[in-house]
Amino acid sequence: MSAITQAGSPLKKSPLRKLRELTGPRRILIHTLLIGVALIMLYPLLWMLSSSFKPDTEIFTHPGLIPDKVYPQNYSEGWSGSGNSFSLYITNSLIVTIGAVIGNVISCSLAAYAFARFEFRGKKIWFGLMLGTLMLPMQATLIPQYTLFYNLTWINTVLPLIVPKFLAVDAFFIFLMVQFIRSIPRELDQAAMMDGANPFQIYWKIILPLMRPALVTTTIFTFIWTYDDFFSQLVYLQQNNRFTVPLGLTLFLDQTSGSSYGPMFAMATLALLPTLICFLIFQKRLVEGLATSGMKG
Amino acid sequence: MTTAKTDEVVTEPTAPEAPSDQRERDRMRRRAARRRGGGWWPYLFLAPWFVGLFGLTIYPMLDSLYLSFTDFDLLSPAKWVGAQNYSRMFHDDPKFWGSVSVTTLYVVVSVPLKLALALAVAVLLNRPLRGLGFYRAAFYLPSLLGGAVAIAIMWRQLFGGDGLFNDFLGWFGIKGQDWISNPDTSVYTLILLAVWQFGTPMVIFLAGLKQLPQDVYEAAAIDGAGVLTRFFRITLPLLTPIVFFNVVLQIIGAFQTFTPAYVVSNGTGGPLDSTMLYSLYLYKKGFTDLEMGYASALAWVLFLVIAVFTAINFIASRYWVHYDD
Repeated sequence: MSAITQAGSPLKKSPLRKLRELTGPRRILIHTLLIGVALIMLYPLLWMLSSSFKPDTEIFTHPGLIPDKVYPQNYSEGWSGSGNSFSLYITNSLIVTIGAVIGNVISCSLAAYAFARFEFRGKKIWFGLMLGTLMLPMQATLIPQYTLFYNLTWINTVLPLIVPKFLAVDAFFIFLMVQFIRSIPRELDQAAMMDGANPFQIYWKIILPLMRPALVTTTIFTFIWTYDDFFSQLVYLQQNNRFTVPLGLTLFLDQTSGSSYGPMFAMATLALLPTLICFLIFQKRLVEGLATSGMKG
Repeated sequence: MTTAKTDEVVTEPTAPEAPSDQRERDRMRRRAARRRGGGWWPYLFLAPWFVGLFGLTIYPMLDSLYLSFTDFDLLSPAKWVGAQNYSRMFHDDPKFWGSVSVTTLYVVVSVPLKLALALAVAVLLNRPLRGLGFYRAAFYLPSLLGGAVAIAIMWRQLFGGDGLFNDFLGWFGIKGQDWISNPDTSVYTLILLAVWQFGTPMVIFLAGLKQLPQDVYEAAAIDGAGVLTRFFRITLPLLTPIVFFNVVLQIIGAFQTFTPAYVVSNGTGGPLDSTMLYSLYLYKKGFTDLEMGYASALAWVLFLVIAVFTAINFIASRYWVHYDD
């Protein structure tokens, strides 16, 4: 891990750039290979997108990417086709993801600031424990956590999905932020301290504004991972009217009649949009955040 | 790993510009020491994390260890049954062994394939290349989307009897089948889905490759080392810390795979339990059958298996991971 984290930004000018670009047949070979792999990778996504605009009868009989006739009814049918309106699932997903983002940004930055800037008793042990929780399978704590939230009557509410984020349970982000805070010169803290600022003011007025890139990375990853976190949502949200987007999608699985593939593809495509948009906007930052303190996959 | 990191934490900060006045300097040093010592400040900042660590991690872990020795259905108090859950698991539960073997197959096949592909593509991309940004994005995208239910739904149709995959096979004159509902092939569709998401380790490999010292390659080129020799004698040994890092992460992740197995089988783990990955079995025991004591025992076995694998990885790494520093 340290090898990677110490490696610094992956976008640092690489010595390789000094080398000249390949020429001739080898260059063509590499591009052909890469384009081929990219096509295989992305084709299923394009197929789903195109299927979402085809009538059911055409999806499996006309595998080509361009529909004979665009059939947008799949979207309107799918939107209301699973009992509740999809707008309800989207609203529920939004509540969960926004709550989780706020929780992670606040609690993880507080913890990271403490780890990066203070000396205190047992710090090495605590830091080690924090890294240890990164490798802990969540199943190990699942049943007691469920029992706890059950006793608090939080089942079928968003609380079990949001409150833990306010308790900095996503150690990955603490780690990411510790790395970032360490790169902020301590002179800035010390100057503020000379001016009589207390540690909280330093955190709030200096560290937090300066660590904005790390906060953005945390926001995007928390958003995507929470939005996609099917397991927790499946466990804690059991009533249809509490369902989030992933849970709403699974309702299509029960309709085995085969007459609703179009609407199912339409809503599945729709469900991928938020992640896709995040990816398109923040592509560079996502890749960078991953490479500098790579985790999860 | 941990020590390397924590050592860094205590590194002395660079001293600020020292004022000429001796008293002022002393005062500043005292204040700096006090603040770095921090008094109760660090604990205040860590308070939420401490609550989470003890309330949502350490206590639940111990509690699940206790529950694994009980009969517990959530509604009535847990009843102590000794090691009964464990003996049932090992001697009396063919479904448990079924899910163990499916999961083992899944981990053992998907992790090496995924990492090999990730490394191969990363090596291909690690050169001045037009369209590099596009390729990297295209290969990374599936990793980002891959955990979604929507993707698993797509996968289910892709490998169904009249899905896209069979159309593809048709071009080569191969007659396809329903890969999802055939118990002999269904788990391989899950493996393919995992391999499809090679983007995350690829990005990490790529970052590592960019840091390799170029002079070694120049020396090797002068000595006339070919492409393969350079890869196996230079790139791979120098990259072992990152290979190790990726192996650890991917194994931990693969053991816990849940969503695709759930979606592809519509929550059943079928056909014939052929997609009953361990996490899915645990979920069904705990939340469908409400056998939460048994599920806790399953969770502890999973935890121990992952811990042992990770420990083996760390111990073995001493023999094959090459650290420069």
